[in-house]
Amino acid sequence: MSEPARMLPQGKAGWALLAAIAVVLALLPPYVPSYYVGLITLAMIGAMLALSLHLLVGGVGLVSLGHGAFYGLAAYVVFLMSPEGSPKPIWLTLPAAMLVSGTVAFVVGGLSLRTKGFFFLMVTLAFGQMIFFVFHDTKLGGGTDGAYLAKPIISAFGATLDPRSFPRSQRGFPAYYVALVQLILTYLALAWLLRSMFGRVLEGIRVNEHRMEAMGFSVMRYKLAAFTLAGAFAGAAGHMWALHSGFVNPELVSWHKSAEALLMILIGGIGSLAGAVLGAFAFTALGEIAQQVTERKLLAEGVVILVAVLLLRNGLMGIRLGRGKTKGPGGGHG
Amino acid sequence: MILAGLLSQLLNGLQYGLLLFLISSGLTLIFGVLGVINLAHGSMFMIGAYIAFLVAKSLGSLWFALPVAILAGVALGALLERVLFRHFYNREHLDQVLLTFALILIFEEMRSIIVGNDFHSVPVPAALDFSVPITNGFSYAAYRFAVIAACLVLAGALFWWIERTKTGAIIRAAAEKPEVVDILGIDARTVHMTVFAVGTALAVTAGALAAPLTSVYPNMGDSMLIISFVVVVIGGLGSVSGAFWSALLIGMIDTLGKAYGQLFVGSAFGNTLAALAAMSVYILMVAVLLFRPRGLFGGRA
Repeated sequence: MSEPARMLPQGKAGWALLAAIAVVLALLPPYVPSYYVGLITLAMIGAMLALSLHLLVGGVGLVSLGHGAFYGLAAYVVFLMSPEGSPKPIWLTLPAAMLVSGTVAFVVGGLSLRTKGFFFLMVTLAFGQMIFFVFHDTKLGGGTDGAYLAKPIISAFGATLDPRSFPRSQRGFPAYYVALVQLILTYLALAWLLRSMFGRVLEGIRVNEHRMEAMGFSVMRYKLAAFTLAGAFAGAAGHMWALHSGFVNPELVSWHKSAEALLMILIGGIGSLAGAVLGAFAFTALGEIAQQVTERKLLAEGVVILVAVLLLRNGLMGIRLGRGKTKGPGGGHG
Repeated sequence: MILAGLLSQLLNGLQYGLLLFLISSGLTLIFGVLGVINLAHGSMFMIGAYIAFLVAKSLGSLWFALPVAILAGVALGALLERVLFRHFYNREHLDQVLLTFALILIFEEMRSIIVGNDFHSVPVPAALDFSVPITNGFSYAAYRFAVIAACLVLAGALFWWIERTKTGAIIRAAAEKPEVVDILGIDARTVHMTVFAVGTALAVTAGALAAPLTSVYPNMGDSMLIISFVVVVIGGLGSVSGAFWSALLIGMIDTLGKAYGQLFVGSAFGNTLAALAAMSVYILMVAVLLFRPRGLFGGRA
């Protein structure tokens, strides 16, 4: 059983396909209406979020309902650093956003990883809600309505990419390419992580936690490292959202974001990184089609999730998560 | 005056806690007996509130809302169990989370199609539209007393059902040792459907009772869902009596925290303290999970 292979596109053909998709995405913007440039940017942001969560769900078998909070938190970090009227450069805001989300994830993970199964879901949900209330109930981040921010300046090594220097129909290009580069880097980083010794230990924990413990691995430490990294990567995705949209609101932090990210992973197939990206694009496309056709986006999404959950039972994607350590009536834990 | 204010906040806390009990007792029963995480339980509360709104609007009186809500809740619960949840008892948590998330989206969108996205107030029944004087200069709304009374009656009925009837004994056994129920040759499917129907009906009824107090508005089930999970975790999974005490505790803390947390505003670190007061129940839940993982009020249904 070559377990790590589950995490990666199968062999050279898979990598070649991914590279081809990346090239197509890179060449696409001049040929499609600017609206779709924005839509694909959103899909890529969703893919980054799904990838970061995949490190937990697919990598360790942890289902968190608080993951969206690290995503939204990072967007609010951008808001606090770069308020309307005084933009900051991306090489300041991106590391800061990842650092804050990663640090908060470290604290949240340190506490919540002491629980399992249902309780883990609940604690991550509760922590996510706390972060939600910070932005929803206080004036710190514009309150319930949200707030505009100054999009970080895209600059590196002295060179600056200013969207305003582009013709109107191409203003979305800089954010698009930043998102594409960031998505590729995120993908490569996670693929490398999951293939490394660290990733193999995580895989071992997912399959049999007690065995790994008995073999002398500090399971808690590995889980916490994964949780922290996942939080930091979610932060990178949240930063990208702020850079793209220039707007934050509490919805970014809510547990619905986490559920959406879980859904992207489920649609794409739990077993692979590429699945998380595919799922994010499928989810974005689904929302868009539903919006255009029915104007009842949520209803269509709900029905599709329902069908996906019902049909995946028979292994449409073929791969199941974990082995349901915690299922069964009265599955309480001590 | 300060005492009168405190008394009214305590009564609010009691009334909120009892409503929370109706919602979370269903949640804890469903998880304890069926092993299902039902994120759509908050939608049942929302549905109940909108039933009250629609009944009051079309019949001109809220009195019919309660029986309608109870019947609709039982029917809806039985239907959901039969069609969907039955197939998810042995599935991963991830699947249960996504299934019930999908239901939330569907119910919310159906609400939007049927009623729209506006806030609507629901009138208190005329017979209860007065205030009960308690001390000089302090009175309390009669409808809130009626809600307290109705919740106590329902809670009493629920405890009697679980503790004193044969069905209740089977449910307690199913929560404790599901295999025993199978061995004894009891049809577990009927038990499951009954539990799900009753649990759903409790949440729907709570929504109908709360509608005149809270008004009805989009996503109103969401906050109730999360606070109910807090109640369930603090009360101990699967424990109805635990859910009762925990609901009262959470109702009090949340009400008092939000009412008096505002007093901190203006002082040093005032906003932080106010925010902490608003989050107090979540902090309590995390503390309980870390130090008393089985809940504060141990023991099962």
